[in-house]
Amino acid sequence: MQSPTVNPAQAELNYHAATSAASHDHHGHPDHRIFGLIVFLVAEGMIFMGLFTAYLTFRAVAPAWPPEGTPELELLLPGINTIILLSSSFVIHNADTDIKKNNVNGLRLWFGLTALMGAIFLAGQVYEYSNLEFGLRTNIFASTFYVLTAFHGLHVCVGLVAILAVLWRSLKPGHYSSEQHFGVEAAEIYWHFVDVIWIILFLLLYIL
Amino acid sequence: MTTTVEIQTKANQATYDQAPLFRSWRDYFTFSTDHKVIAIQYLVTSFTFYLIGGLIAALMRTELATPESDFVSRELYNGLLTVHGTVMIFLWIVPAGAGLANYLIPLMVGAKDMAFPKLNAVAFWLIPIGGALLMASFFFETPQAGWTSYPPLSTLNAKLGQIIWVGSVLILGTSSIVGAINFFVTIIKMRIPGMGLNQMPLFCWAMLSTSGLVLIGTPVLAGALILLTFDLIAGTSFFNPTGGGDPIVYQHLFWFYSHPAVYIMILPLFGAISEIIPVHARKPIFGYRAIAYSSLAISFLGLIVWAHHMFTSGTPPWLRMFFMIATMIIAVPTGIKVFSWTATLWRGKLRLNSAMLFAIGFVSMFVIGGLSGIMLASVPFDIHVHDTYFVVAHMHYVLFGGSVFGLYSALYHWFPKMTGRMTNEFWGKVHFGLTLVGFNLTFLPMHEAGLLGMNRRVAEYDPSLTFLNQLATVGSYLLAVSTIPFIINAIWSWHYGPLAGNNPWQGLTLEWITPSPPPAENFEGEPVLGVGPYDYGVTESPFLEKLKDVVSGLTEKGVAFSEVQAIDLSAKTKTALLDPQPPNE
Repeated sequence: MQSPTVNPAQAELNYHAATSAASHDHHGHPDHRIFGLIVFLVAEGMIFMGLFTAYLTFRAVAPAWPPEGTPELELLLPGINTIILLSSSFVIHNADTDIKKNNVNGLRLWFGLTALMGAIFLAGQVYEYSNLEFGLRTNIFASTFYVLTAFHGLHVCVGLVAILAVLWRSLKPGHYSSEQHFGVEAAEIYWHFVDVIWIILFLLLYIL
Repeated sequence: MTTTVEIQTKANQATYDQAPLFRSWRDYFTFSTDHKVIAIQYLVTSFTFYLIGGLIAALMRTELATPESDFVSRELYNGLLTVHGTVMIFLWIVPAGAGLANYLIPLMVGAKDMAFPKLNAVAFWLIPIGGALLMASFFFETPQAGWTSYPPLSTLNAKLGQIIWVGSVLILGTSSIVGAINFFVTIIKMRIPGMGLNQMPLFCWAMLSTSGLVLIGTPVLAGALILLTFDLIAGTSFFNPTGGGDPIVYQHLFWFYSHPAVYIMILPLFGAISEIIPVHARKPIFGYRAIAYSSLAISFLGLIVWAHHMFTSGTPPWLRMFFMIATMIIAVPTGIKVFSWTATLWRGKLRLNSAMLFAIGFVSMFVIGGLSGIMLASVPFDIHVHDTYFVVAHMHYVLFGGSVFGLYSALYHWFPKMTGRMTNEFWGKVHFGLTLVGFNLTFLPMHEAGLLGMNRRVAEYDPSLTFLNQLATVGSYLLAVSTIPFIINAIWSWHYGPLAGNNPWQGLTLEWITPSPPPAENFEGEPVLGVGPYDYGVTESPFLEKLKDVVSGLTEKGVAFSEVQAIDLSAKTKTALLDPQPPNE
């Protein structure tokens, strides 16, 4: 006979679970949003992985990279932009620390600062686009460059909207507290995600 | 003698005694967040698309009844084959699997709903939107590059149709990802405390593996489609060699999703079959862990075999060797499942009802498709039959003989739970007989036609293949007819079938302790595992012994047995009563 899938040790567990379940019953719907967000970001990350792989393959197949005649990429502005975006990850983390101490003003300050840094990053990118000497269709490098940076820029925009939404909601007294601040955490995690993607992107497009 | 079903019921008497909730048909046209309503919305919508996809298939078979292209134009034929493939994959089997998962996961893990009910509803409502968009292409221009949409075929002609196709698939892919997040989080986080991963019904294991594949694979397809859209609309050359691009990159990205997609389509049904066979064979499942972990193994291997679709795409020989061997290895975990199901059936007290017949049909047909899959994995053979009807035959044996037989089996098995009423067994068996004969008549001759060199996706063929094609055409009409008894049976039984009661099949998984159809929040309190999900015919349960001690302790205090059972085990009073007697070490 097959061994039953509930073994004695597990039965003991079940028995305890059954008798103590009352304590965490009728609490309404359980909250697994942070875990859900992380699972979502794994999927989101896979889109970037697909695009990165495509980029690397185009690069491996091409006789020269970037293709001959591609103007050199300016490094100074994207470098500054990178530093701003990376530091904003540390800035936004302070908000999390503050809200856990119930300090809503601190939350507003750090989120405001992060939003500003995100906006500067986006403005910098728009400025870079307008000064580049190649267009979307110039060659395969130019196409991948624009699609990758723009797709990332779209994610920065989404992150920025999330941060501004949290700021807006924090104006309502008591909306966020040390106990309840899913929005703050979610915006922060998303912002870190956008940051990590940018590091890979920057290395691939500008450095390597 | 107490049976395990009685133990499971007694352990959850309060849930068992709830009133069933029969819903009005209007509920299914609302933005409901109840996983049971959403599940039926998924199932009915996807079945509707199945009928559309089937109608398109019948049109194609009518065209192929003669070697000349005379029934539809070549362009329309290309459109039909493209839409047929897209509908059957993205609008029938994938969402139907999601529908089953939606119904069963919360019930099986003992939760009141999915982790994110609103998101769940959003995931469903994206399906009709994406489906309507794809259907709209018939009024403008049909996509013509097949469901694979390889460039340059997809970027050169019927661009508008292709853009509609991309839009539709992106919407349906999003729905799939959102659904998978929900399944994954619900299975990981919302099981009742007593249910470890290894006490979980095998359907949940299968859905865990499926969700993983969706989460890792589908976004990569989205990436490929984003690049394809740029090529179509903005004139970039990602997949155009004249501009420095590479069409092979599309194939890699596409199959990185679309090979796992075949497991996304079959794994939920592997799970469902692992539930159905033990219930109707009245035996514990053979090799619980082997089946559970082989799902994970299939997921993992499924991610590293995609280039076996590209043996003729200039893939270097050393890489072909790798993909050939990896593909053949998948036969091992799949074989483990087939052997486990067969061993479960072996000497069981089989109930040969519609659900069980379709389950046995599933295993048999899937084995045929699996064997031709191993043949196709071998590079020399694949190069010979690439893009022939042999591939079409193989793929339909796994996706129709596998997934669709599995879905029918699951529908017959859980219909009483979903509607509260039994289906008609006689017409169920007629449905099975017609489907089995029609299916084999349609697809068995295609093996031969393919070996003789008949190309897929072409409206014309060599006249020497006429007889084989006419057999297939007759078979396809029989298949079309076979759905009629099912549809009538389902609609009639939903209204007039005999009431099912909570547990018509004497099942042990937690959905069977709830009333049929289950009330809004499924369970009264938190359900308890009296016995494992497959402990059929097991007479001794350590939990039962414990329960007996508790009960005798209570009866000594003057509480009647029936009253004891009426109290939910999770009630606080019970805890207080139990505390003086710590369990023996």
